[in-house]
Amino acid sequence: MTESIEDIEIRLLLDAVYHHYHYDFRNYAQASIKRRLLQARAQCGFDSISELQSAVLHDDTMLPRLLNFLTVQVSEMFRDPAYFRALREKVVPHLRTYPSLKVWIAGCSHGEELYSLAILFEEEGLADRTIFYATDINPSALRSAQAGIFPLDRIQLFTENHRLSGGHSSLSKYYTADYDRAVFDTSLRDRAVFSDHSLVTDSAFGEMHLVSCRNVLIYFNRDLQDRAVGLFGESLVRGGFLGVGSKESLRFSSHADLFAEFVREERIYRRIAQ
Amino acid sequence: MNLEAIVIGASAGGVHALLQVLPALPADFPVAILVVVHVPPRRDNALVALLAERCRLPVKEAEDKEPMVPATIYMGPPDYHLLVENDGTLALSSDETINHSRPAIDVLFESAADAFGARLAGIIMSGANHDGAIGLRAVYDAGGQAIVQAPATAEVACMPEAALAACPAARAINLEDMPSALKEMLDR
Repeated sequence: MTESIEDIEIRLLLDAVYHHYHYDFRNYAQASIKRRLLQARAQCGFDSISELQSAVLHDDTMLPRLLNFLTVQVSEMFRDPAYFRALREKVVPHLRTYPSLKVWIAGCSHGEELYSLAILFEEEGLADRTIFYATDINPSALRSAQAGIFPLDRIQLFTENHRLSGGHSSLSKYYTADYDRAVFDTSLRDRAVFSDHSLVTDSAFGEMHLVSCRNVLIYFNRDLQDRAVGLFGESLVRGGFLGVGSKESLRFSSHADLFAEFVREERIYRRIAQ
Repeated sequence: MNLEAIVIGASAGGVHALLQVLPALPADFPVAILVVVHVPPRRDNALVALLAERCRLPVKEAEDKEPMVPATIYMGPPDYHLLVENDGTLALSSDETINHSRPAIDVLFESAADAFGARLAGIIMSGANHDGAIGLRAVYDAGGQAIVQAPATAEVACMPEAALAACPAARAINLEDMPSALKEMLDR
């Protein structure tokens, strides 16, 4: 099939964003990015992707708006409780053997996963020896993760997820309700470093014991997935752990042999010696 | 032009409808069938096992980046959208819910319309909301065949009615005639 005009426009826009702003979405999975760009076009009131492209190039205030369409997604605290239960029951016993720990949440978005892990590490008595690195390419998402504020109407779901994850304290211990917002305890992020980092263009992060990167790889094409998995391999200590989303796998990656399945059904892998 | 895929969307009352249609298809039905049913976001997808037991075609949960092959039924996994890439591979996303649903029928239908154009048929079955109406229109506008389960034969008529309103040119087919309609579609 010949490439549609819209697909040509999308390709050109992603090229433009890369060349002018160095954000590289060119190897993202196409069907999803198309949906998001069409949404951006409609909600910003443009008639075509070309018009959106022109605005992005000539008006600096458009880039943050576009980034919010292209990157941010709403997640849940303790999304897939079984994943966090497996971390708690199967990974934490290994982590306990280290005197200090580094955990990387890659693609942290608004911070749901960061706060989930911070609470889990607190409950398991590991928080004092852990530094969390929360990274994302979207500055406004990082600011939001740093603030640690979530809509109060999400808390019921988060609480249920936390309970199913094997949480042995009450989630309400970790936040203060403020009108329609839940403000999470600043002590949870005392040992968190927030940083701008791209799995597409930046390099490895160094000496991690756990990397959690969930529902990020599905947005990448295979080449990009491969790069990211290689980056995780480089970033982890030998015997370190990698957790990905429940529909993601390392199967197609040329770096798959850096990892062994650790908890297969929860997509938790372990870095092995090569 | 040969049909490459059939996309089916179903919601309330839709499992019953699927069980009338999919098991009636022969094992050599030469087209891939992609199905999104609104299911709660739990991990265990009992529907795959239920359909696999009764269908002659193989039934599986769609996986991210999996190449779509003919004569296979792919089910969208709970809590993820199912999409088709232009090269015919399947893709998943955890983007926000559409029409309060993930997976959403519109997401599958619109991406499949993009990927396959006239080589696609879309079918909207029983359901209690409006998901799939925009998607069916997209299938039709891209030159594909648009079909709805005749509202009178749907347990819940809301979804096929909404699809007919958005895509008045869609053919309404009685549930019991659906299997033969699918077989005839191969020759159109």
